[in-house]
Amino acid sequence: MIGLPIGQLQIEKPGGSDQCVASNGFCPEWIVDNIDRYWTPLLEHVYLTIAPVVIGFAISMVLAILAHRRRWLTGPIIATTGIFFAIPSVAAFFLLQPITGLGYTTAMVALVSYTLLIIFRNITTGLRNVPAETRDAALGQGLTERQVLFRVELPMAIPEIMAGLRIATSTTVGLAALAVFAGAGGLGREILIDERFKSNVVVAGGLAVLLAAAFDLLILAAQRAITPWQRAGR
Amino acid sequence: MGDPSDRSTAEPLEFREATKRYPGSAKPAVDALSLKVPAGEICVLVGPSGCGKTTAMRMVNRMIDITDGDILLGGRSVRDRKPAELRREIGYVIQHIGLFPHRTIGENIATVPGLLGWDKKRTNARVEELIELIGLPPETRSRYPGQLSGGQRQRVGVARALASDPPVMLMDEPFGAIDPINRERLQNEFLRLQAELRKTIVFVTHDIDEAIKMGDRIAILQEGGKLAQYAPPAELLMYPASRFVEDFVGSDRALKRLALQRVRDIDLWKAAAIRVGTPVADARAALDEADVPYPMLVDERGRPKGWLSDRALTGERVTDELRSPAQPIVELDDVLRDALADLLSSETRYGAVVGHDGALAGVLSLEVIQHFLHAAPAASPTGADLLRE
Repeated sequence: MIGLPIGQLQIEKPGGSDQCVASNGFCPEWIVDNIDRYWTPLLEHVYLTIAPVVIGFAISMVLAILAHRRRWLTGPIIATTGIFFAIPSVAAFFLLQPITGLGYTTAMVALVSYTLLIIFRNITTGLRNVPAETRDAALGQGLTERQVLFRVELPMAIPEIMAGLRIATSTTVGLAALAVFAGAGGLGREILIDERFKSNVVVAGGLAVLLAAAFDLLILAAQRAITPWQRAGR
Repeated sequence: MGDPSDRSTAEPLEFREATKRYPGSAKPAVDALSLKVPAGEICVLVGPSGCGKTTAMRMVNRMIDITDGDILLGGRSVRDRKPAELRREIGYVIQHIGLFPHRTIGENIATVPGLLGWDKKRTNARVEELIELIGLPPETRSRYPGQLSGGQRQRVGVARALASDPPVMLMDEPFGAIDPINRERLQNEFLRLQAELRKTIVFVTHDIDEAIKMGDRIAILQEGGKLAQYAPPAELLMYPASRFVEDFVGSDRALKRLALQRVRDIDLWKAAAIRVGTPVADARAALDEADVPYPMLVDERGRPKGWLSDRALTGERVTDELRSPAQPIVELDDVLRDALADLLSSETRYGAVVGHDGALAGVLSLEVIQHFLHAAPAASPTGADLLRE
């Protein structure tokens, strides 16, 4: 699936005699009959969301820990990831093609680079919001710097980190719909295959929205599960 | 629960010309501080803000590194120790407590045992023991710091510092953020605890009254981290070494000394305790021996009834004609300052002093108190001693 001629394809419409389908309308019957064709793109879209967020989270975490140790790194990291964030995604997909070619690699590099600013900033904020006296008490009891980071600061930063992950995930679900321009699959390609057919656009687009909502709820549930102290009432 | 003092440990602490200089600052923050804290005593570092008291305290567990001089803990230089290991042997309590909000109370208390690699059983037993020691219900263990009141959190902070039974504790304004009523209660609780545990404690405060109450010894520091005086509270109040110390302890230092003493600690006057029906000759003989010129009528169990009038001693046997009732009656365990207040408010020169059984033990007079204030503060007890009973 390379060099996609945009908007030139038409979905084959079995039972084309249907008036609704012939006029590219919104046809519930067609949707029920054809919903199967969307599962594979949906799975691709899930992959195009999870992989960049996971990789972006890993890179951001390393950067945030580096910047936590050496504060002066924060500015340059925010500037660099900010530039990544500012490049229009479609432009990035095309700009990367000479280097990484068409396909998932290009999509992945671009999508990862978009998550960095959001996740990095949230981890950094979370770490900075740890009260000075908590750090002081931790060090004073004999925790090493590394133990303070992993046992106190990062756990206490979980709410901010999870907030960053939620924004990054929602953003990535949206941007992944454009990964078709990098030659990757996903729901975006499904939309472009016949973007004039309303039924197709509504199903593919709707699935993307539902996916974003599902991820959001999932992360929220995870956050609640791992931060019991936030829910404990008086 | 076993008596914690069974295996409680304490080590002496010594500052040897310990100095902290910050780069770019002409004056040192702590200037050649030398003082010894005997094992099991509370040394209070007190002084105005900027006097280096917190810096001096934080040099002990190397939260701040010493520039010159040394600090010895149990005879060993802290400079030779790895900071993290050293700190695990030193209890640490700070004003804002700094409990870990994401960990339960039990987990917070178990922090240092965890770092020291204690097994689960030992840690569990210790946490249970400490929660009981600080007087919180056992179920507190599984709660989070956010669910506790300020006073409860402060108690947990103390329990956490005691978890591994450290020989030395550092306390930086530990009750500073607590309202006055609860502060008083926490101070008393802590002194009761310390009477059992006998830890070596460095206690930082800016409040001279707290220093006098908590300290076995008080180190007054002045600007530039200079030691102005190091002495037990009574000595400090009696003989301030400089104008600075005098000003710092305040013009009411005589009253402060009275707050350090109980009625039983001073030499009371002897009174003639007379029962009804005693031969007047015997009563007069007893009166000659007494310090107070008036006889006190007591009941069959020796409890004071009132001061006898002259006419009660005119017949053959003593009658129960009173000059005035036995007001006020103070107890041997009363704090001297409160006893003085009773005397003054009763507008009388003499107060009957009774023991636990209510029997007359002596007489307190304004002269007795005056005499005490002008005498040398020999072997004066400290706040901790006062609360030990």
